[in-house]
Amino acid sequence: MSVEAREARQPWILLSPALTAILLLLVVPLIFILVYSFWLRTATGADIAGFHLDNWQEALTDRFYRDILLNTLKISAITTIVCALMGYPAAYFIARARGNKAILLLLLMLPFWISYIIRTMSWINILGVSGALNTFLLWTGVIGEPVQMLYNQTTVILGLVHFLLPFMVLNVFVSLDGIDTNLEDAANSLGATRWESFLQVTLPLSLPGLAAGGLLCFVLAAGTYITPLVLGGPTDAMFANLVFEAIITQLNWPLGSALSLMLLAVLGVLVMIYNRYLGMAQLMKGLG
Amino acid sequence: MTKKMDNTTRYERLLDRYRNGDIDRRSFLGLIGAAGLAYGVQTPFARHALAATDQVRFDGWGGVVSEAFRQYAFDPFTAKTGIAVVDGTFGGGDEYLSRVKASQPGEYNIAHLSGVFDYARYAGLGFASELNEANIPNLEYVIPKLVDVYRPITDGKISCVPYDYGTTGIAYNRKYISDEEMQEKGARILIDEAYKGKISGWSDWRTRIWFGALQTGQDPNDAEDMDAVWDAIRTHRDLSLKYWTSGAELMSLLAEEEIYVTEGWSGRIYALQEQGHDIGYMDPPNGYGWQECLFVIKGSPMEACEELLNFMLAPETSIAVAEGQNYPPALDPNKVDLGEKIPTLPAFDPTGTLSGLTFANPTYWNGHEADWSKTFGRVQKGY
Repeated sequence: MSVEAREARQPWILLSPALTAILLLLVVPLIFILVYSFWLRTATGADIAGFHLDNWQEALTDRFYRDILLNTLKISAITTIVCALMGYPAAYFIARARGNKAILLLLLMLPFWISYIIRTMSWINILGVSGALNTFLLWTGVIGEPVQMLYNQTTVILGLVHFLLPFMVLNVFVSLDGIDTNLEDAANSLGATRWESFLQVTLPLSLPGLAAGGLLCFVLAAGTYITPLVLGGPTDAMFANLVFEAIITQLNWPLGSALSLMLLAVLGVLVMIYNRYLGMAQLMKGLG
Repeated sequence: MTKKMDNTTRYERLLDRYRNGDIDRRSFLGLIGAAGLAYGVQTPFARHALAATDQVRFDGWGGVVSEAFRQYAFDPFTAKTGIAVVDGTFGGGDEYLSRVKASQPGEYNIAHLSGVFDYARYAGLGFASELNEANIPNLEYVIPKLVDVYRPITDGKISCVPYDYGTTGIAYNRKYISDEEMQEKGARILIDEAYKGKISGWSDWRTRIWFGALQTGQDPNDAEDMDAVWDAIRTHRDLSLKYWTSGAELMSLLAEEEIYVTEGWSGRIYALQEQGHDIGYMDPPNGYGWQECLFVIKGSPMEACEELLNFMLAPETSIAVAEGQNYPPALDPNKVDLGEKIPTLPAFDPTGTLSGLTFANPTYWNGHEADWSKTFGRVQKGY
């Protein structure tokens, strides 16, 4: 075998474990889900194999699914904006900290050591009728009786922000950390105030990180079902809850498959738009 | 005397042949290597194959129920037989059915299922096993009515043993709702505007429809005006703080006073009362009665499962579990002395006929399952 041929094969050999894993754990299950979406569920819960468009027709034309999807996108967008507003200053502080950044980053990662469900449920102990906040407000005399703060859309967004904020901070931090601080100094020496140098130099250069964090937060928020289940009220369901219900409660795997592919397609389009304008390299950098 | 031919003997003989010069060094090492390779390849699979016979998987409702099963049934059973019981939990029969459907035969063995309708659904989807009743002599202590109801579904055979029964009644905080008010309003208290934001309910479509039927004065096993039932469910939804999805959440909502009234499982409410919470419990007329069984899923190691079922039905085990989980056992009080605590549990029937409880008609409920579970999914979300 020639050297050129060996060199041409080498990347494929090195990539083969990852490609095999992706093929078996992502592509094959997705094909199964796609095939399932064309099946039908009988009244007893058994599935009828075949090529039927009923599930797709229902998923695409029923206003119920469209409304919940739009609501999901709205909640995800609000969550992403809140994460950006809260995450950027935190990331800026860490990136510009003179002390040990590793400790700050470690503190940022600390919540990941606790289960996501436990973290979500912890809000019940904080915001509940007999939770910490109500107890404190009653004790200080600010309120006369407990205020109902839980089980609404606001607490769903709060729970999502709690879960997703570290993803935003990490991405923005990676972006800010890569900016040469001499650029800000140069702007200052040319007469810009600190605020102007931030607005005209630092912020534009850190936008790819902000966008990468935003994409991650949005996609993860749109796919969650635990948070609305634990912290939402009766009408605060998100699209992933519909998938969960179709597959788990109603045993309607074909419809659940169609719904999950529908959500995947919507989020896929968003990722493609992101990739078109910003590229995936920044996202990989942030994740790394 | 003939020496037993095991692997050690085989290797000793091989070594002798090598030392005697019967085989060369290359062949000796090759045979040893092949034996090592064979052992290495088969061991992981052999462990799984052996495990199938010395352990049984049991799935139940979690919380105080699972704790009672673990403490009073599984641990003593393992100590006695050496068969380990791996216990998992689920939030409801629908969720568990989905997991079983996605599993390989033998992956799930025994489930603590609720209601005859669950039994019928599992059997209808081909998950019913066939128990050898001769291996479960303690079945004779069980209330006959509880066993007989399963037989027509599975051609006279049974795939489960009844284990306990209870009710889904109305639980209320006595600090805010008096017993008299509760008696007066019954199931309609769950759609009373006065308690808006302090009402809850289980997110289970059957329970919602059952109570919707009661609130509209209809027979839960034969509601004729479903529009009225759906309207009642919508009213309940709009007045509710949230739907609970597990027994633990039910107990937490009541104990923390997030809600004042909800329907609840009799045993869980009894557990709250035992903890000192002033929670009342009432079964309205035509309240939701149910029986639970230990269902053996097709493909399970039958003898080990039957041994476990028989152990669990032994009066001393069954009574201890019942006292732990606060649901009356399926044992016939006419045949077994149930002790002092069980007669005090909610839903307990001292006659052993269970004539005072209304159970869900499996044909009626399973016949509407596809339509109603889907409709409830929409109503639940504001439609």
